[in-house]
Amino acid sequence: MSAIELATKTGSPFNDLNAYNQSLKTGYRLLPFKFIRLDDKRMVLTNEVGEFLVIEQDYLRAIVNKSIEAGSQLYNNLKSKHFLIDDDSSIALELLAMKSRTKMQQISNFTGLHIFVVSLRCDHSCPYCQVSRQSEDKLAFDMSNDTAIKCLEFTFRSPSPSIKIEFQGGEPLLNFDLIKFIVIEAEKKNEVHNKDLEFVIATNLALLTDEILSFCLEHRIYLSTSLDGPEDLHVANRPRPGADSYQRVIQGINRARAILGPDKVSALMTTTAASLTRAKNIVDEYLLQGFNSIFLRPLSPYGFAVKTKWYQSYDIQNWLKFYFEGLDYIINLNKQGYFFVEQYAAIILNKMFSPQGTGYVDLQSPAGLGISAILFNYNAEVYASDEARMLAEMGDKTFCLGNINQHTYEQIMLSEALLNPIEQSIVESVPGCNDCGFQPYCGSDPIYHHATQKDSIGHKALSGFCKKNMAIMRRLICLMEDDPQAKQILLNWAKP
Amino acid sequence: MMKLSTRQITPVSEFDKQISIARITENAELPAPVRSKHILLVKTGNGNHLAEGFKAYFFIGSNELIVNKSKYPKNVFVLSDDQAYLGEGDVVRFAPDKPALTTLYRKQSQHNSLLVTERCNNFCLMCSQPPKEIDDSYIVNDLMEAIPLMDRGTAEIGITGGEPTLLGDNLILLLRNLKNYLPSTVVHVLSNGRRFSNMSFTEKIAKLEHQDLMIGIPIYSDISNIHDYVVQADGAFDETIQGIINLKRFQQKVEIRVVLHKQTYDRLPQLAEFLARNLLFVDHVALMGLEMMGFTRHNLDDLWIDPVEYQPQLLKAVEILSRYRMNVSVYNHQLCLLDKRLWLYNRKSISDWKNEYMTECTPCTKKTECGGFFSSAHLKYSSHIVPFLEEN
Repeated sequence: MSAIELATKTGSPFNDLNAYNQSLKTGYRLLPFKFIRLDDKRMVLTNEVGEFLVIEQDYLRAIVNKSIEAGSQLYNNLKSKHFLIDDDSSIALELLAMKSRTKMQQISNFTGLHIFVVSLRCDHSCPYCQVSRQSEDKLAFDMSNDTAIKCLEFTFRSPSPSIKIEFQGGEPLLNFDLIKFIVIEAEKKNEVHNKDLEFVIATNLALLTDEILSFCLEHRIYLSTSLDGPEDLHVANRPRPGADSYQRVIQGINRARAILGPDKVSALMTTTAASLTRAKNIVDEYLLQGFNSIFLRPLSPYGFAVKTKWYQSYDIQNWLKFYFEGLDYIINLNKQGYFFVEQYAAIILNKMFSPQGTGYVDLQSPAGLGISAILFNYNAEVYASDEARMLAEMGDKTFCLGNINQHTYEQIMLSEALLNPIEQSIVESVPGCNDCGFQPYCGSDPIYHHATQKDSIGHKALSGFCKKNMAIMRRLICLMEDDPQAKQILLNWAKP
Repeated sequence: MMKLSTRQITPVSEFDKQISIARITENAELPAPVRSKHILLVKTGNGNHLAEGFKAYFFIGSNELIVNKSKYPKNVFVLSDDQAYLGEGDVVRFAPDKPALTTLYRKQSQHNSLLVTERCNNFCLMCSQPPKEIDDSYIVNDLMEAIPLMDRGTAEIGITGGEPTLLGDNLILLLRNLKNYLPSTVVHVLSNGRRFSNMSFTEKIAKLEHQDLMIGIPIYSDISNIHDYVVQADGAFDETIQGIINLKRFQQKVEIRVVLHKQTYDRLPQLAEFLARNLLFVDHVALMGLEMMGFTRHNLDDLWIDPVEYQPQLLKAVEILSRYRMNVSVYNHQLCLLDKRLWLYNRKSISDWKNEYMTECTPCTKKTECGGFFSSAHLKYSSHIVPFLEEN
């Protein structure tokens, strides 16, 4: 007898939905999650692997009191995202473990970004300079070939399958011979190591020559430059003799694009007090120059920016107002059908939606200090990050890990100066972060907190880092909840 | 619909009773030593001079070709007209005394599927091939004999059931046979995936090192008890998910198959997000229209929803999966019902032998791009079928 014949003879052989729903009888248990207020009506729930759910605040109590009705839509959403578990299924634990591993995996790659400060000299005299550049003629601020070779040996000790070498300054093109030397030596070494090797020069492009461009072309070198906005703003922020910093950077961008291709040239902006009212102007400048993204960045509390009081000239609330004005404008551009990305939002969205971790060192737990990025200063000192050497130029060498001429790889990577701040940057255990609802998307920046509060952990209620990130995360989630069109746009930025 | 098995077989001479697995040939000049593995299909010419030594002789349809029965060798049969699709290189199972003929393999088809058992440990509401609690282990032995007869150039073979993994080690033997005899053939196994929750079984599959094996596994909901309800088996969800994880742990290719119906369409976007978040590493996701066969007919009220009604959910799901760069396809759908944004993902997926178009479709200009219907769709199909007409 076929099953269907049997079925018609004995009544339905099929059980109904409730027959498979154990939680009707035995309820549910909570899995670890955090929550934070989104606005005056809603809460965001997040779990360790970064999944989130927005709920009306009244439901939070019901969830915790285990009175959510089995089989309801909220119940199923909580179950699907692994906020709760019931007797029907235990596979959630296996899946959560797998997702945690995936998210953490990149930590095991170890140091990828290696920054070489080939010279601290610069042709610009920006009042907001965060690295405390030196004037052009002091050769004492150039890195030597001998130091460079030792730094390269250190670089290739990293187990990371991909190595990015970034040339920083000052203005690195002032010591272009050393850049050439390092690139060629690194490529030689890589014949043995066979890493995915990439070079970037962070330059103001003012000193760009055909010779430099043809070398960049031959060695597939990326250029990263600074463009602060329209000409008057850029020139005011970034003075140089002749007041031609804007003309030179625009010319440089166009020449580099023509020879290396548009994808090899990127630009970053820095916000000054004069920028605050001009978010749209700044974005428009990026549109005019043919960029499809912008990275809206505040000033950091280091170097001349502190000395000249430019850093202190606005607080994070002013900056956030500027940022959101820019973000809204950019979202509107997208709504009008023009694809344009705000990169900081994209980084955070990626953290919200990607199963993998992102490589952005400031939003990692533990922080990327040394273990994602490391910096070799012109004077052979090794630092935990770019900001760490900025602090050192101000006389505070807390995050100096050693000297390439005096210390071994092991001594540097196992130095207390590195291990302490790394330990203090694990947000899962940092007071103020450990129970924050935005924790899975955030990080902790020990150097920032050391610089602003003289404490690597810092009091999070007073932290500008915290204010900035929490405000942006709140805004992004609100936008996705309340504006379906903005949601589509933001999801397209995430590129998980 | 093509009839892949028939009992309308008339013997016209004396015959041997044993069951045989044989290859069909139209070549009467085949060298004598290999004739015993072949059945000669006589489509034209003078049936009076049948070459000796073939396992059997098939005439199709009328007896026109048959002139003088007395001159015939043993094992001559006449098949009904609906077997006219048979041709050179096909492989059949022939039981003369029942009589019963089953086509196991068609050389000209891109949709060859081997049914390896009718037993199953799920009892899906919409099963198109309702399971039977019978000992059908003979099927594997037949297939082990049939595989060496199949064409070495075969592009793809499907393995289906019932639940193929219930064969246990016999499935391993069968897959090894396919790997050895058809070394350039893609093999696609339809399984509920539960057996792969057993690590050592999965390891055995992996150790075959098959050149191109994909396991297609259904997940019907992101919610365990809804999936368990659809497949009518408590605990199936956990075993299936664990099975997928295990297969990927051994780097086996996995396809997730979601049948769309009234019990599954509502949470389709949530399911897509669940897949992207938890099983991003699978190789393909197929979102499939319902086939009106087997249990579906019995559970029609609980299952049927016009595809027009679930377009918003389907579109959302596809958008989520493709945003996560998962490889996603829409199967078994008619183009005129699909949101235009989904056309890119639409595949012609219905096997040739059961793929049809309705009378409404006669003037349609897009039939070559359209998935068409299962033959079984005559029972129930969307009232929104509209032919695309030539634009003037």
